[in-house]
Amino acid sequence: MFATASVTSFFEGLRVSMPFLLVAGPFGLLFGVVGTEAGLNIAEVMGFTIFVVAGAAQLTALQLLADNAPVVIVLLSSLAVNLRMAMYSASLAPHLGAAPLWQRALAAYWMFDPNYAVAMARYETGPKMPLAERVAFYFGSSMAIAPLWYAMTFVGALIGRTVPQGLALDFVLPINFLALIGPVLRTPAHVAAALVATLLGLLTAGIPYNLGLLVAAAAAIATGAEVERRMNRRTVA
Amino acid sequence: MIPETLNLWPIILVLGLGTFLIRFSFLGLFADKELPGWLLRHLRYTPVAVFPALVAPLVAWPEATGGAPDPARMLAAFATLGVGYYWRNPLYGFLAGFATLYLGLALL
Repeated sequence: MFATASVTSFFEGLRVSMPFLLVAGPFGLLFGVVGTEAGLNIAEVMGFTIFVVAGAAQLTALQLLADNAPVVIVLLSSLAVNLRMAMYSASLAPHLGAAPLWQRALAAYWMFDPNYAVAMARYETGPKMPLAERVAFYFGSSMAIAPLWYAMTFVGALIGRTVPQGLALDFVLPINFLALIGPVLRTPAHVAAALVATLLGLLTAGIPYNLGLLVAAAAAIATGAEVERRMNRRTVA
Repeated sequence: MIPETLNLWPIILVLGLGTFLIRFSFLGLFADKELPGWLLRHLRYTPVAVFPALVAPLVAWPEATGGAPDPARMLAAFATLGVGYYWRNPLYGFLAGFATLYLGLALL
């Protein structure tokens, strides 16, 4: 049913994504523990993890719910955290857009930060990669993340309050994201974008409802694109 | 604590649907279409723009310490970034970050 090359690509995606097991595990555990501590029952914790499947947004929602924020604010802020996925979706579209609808829907459901990052890196180094192999690579990478994410959330919800504070699980998310940033700081444009994002992220942290995040990210994206444009112009001239 | 009386299921389902639609947006709507160069040039910087903006406040004012800057977490953040940058490998950065964090929490 599946071509050998696709199977190879699936396992290549799975293999290069193995490091993310170390991230998806603790991160899922974190959500399970934090969710239970916030008063959710196991079904609710798993509902978040299976239907939303986005750790940062889920934690944002929990935080705001615990703060008794209005439901509209909870939804808007959590979705704002996920808006970056629209940009992932757009940048994956040229590579996966020709796949059947069900594959694209599944790719959307399993769209995470790490598998997006490794898939894009893979597609850019091999522009001639056939569609079926690109899809297989993507799902291989997803399989390093999704099952463990579900399982560890469940474990986290079960063990709940017995997790010692000393594990500092709160810092899994920052370390996860920082580990993804370092390797992609390839050009001056990437570095400039990251610096602007950091600076504005700090300056706008006081703006309510996570809106500062959107402002900072938009400005940083514009910075990166502009630096790239100017550097290209210099090379050409 | 989230109040017992609050029914979370509508929130979970709306959030799930909204998140899916965000993820599916361009894969679903504009599939098969060539995206213009200027758009791709902007999309290239999405991860490197979103992650630092999301992380910077969490590093500067961690919730676990009630918002007070914490040297162990600060050092762990820089270790993660530096090692990941130098070796071009997210796993090394991740491991360096946690090693630094636990060492820092134990010693500082």
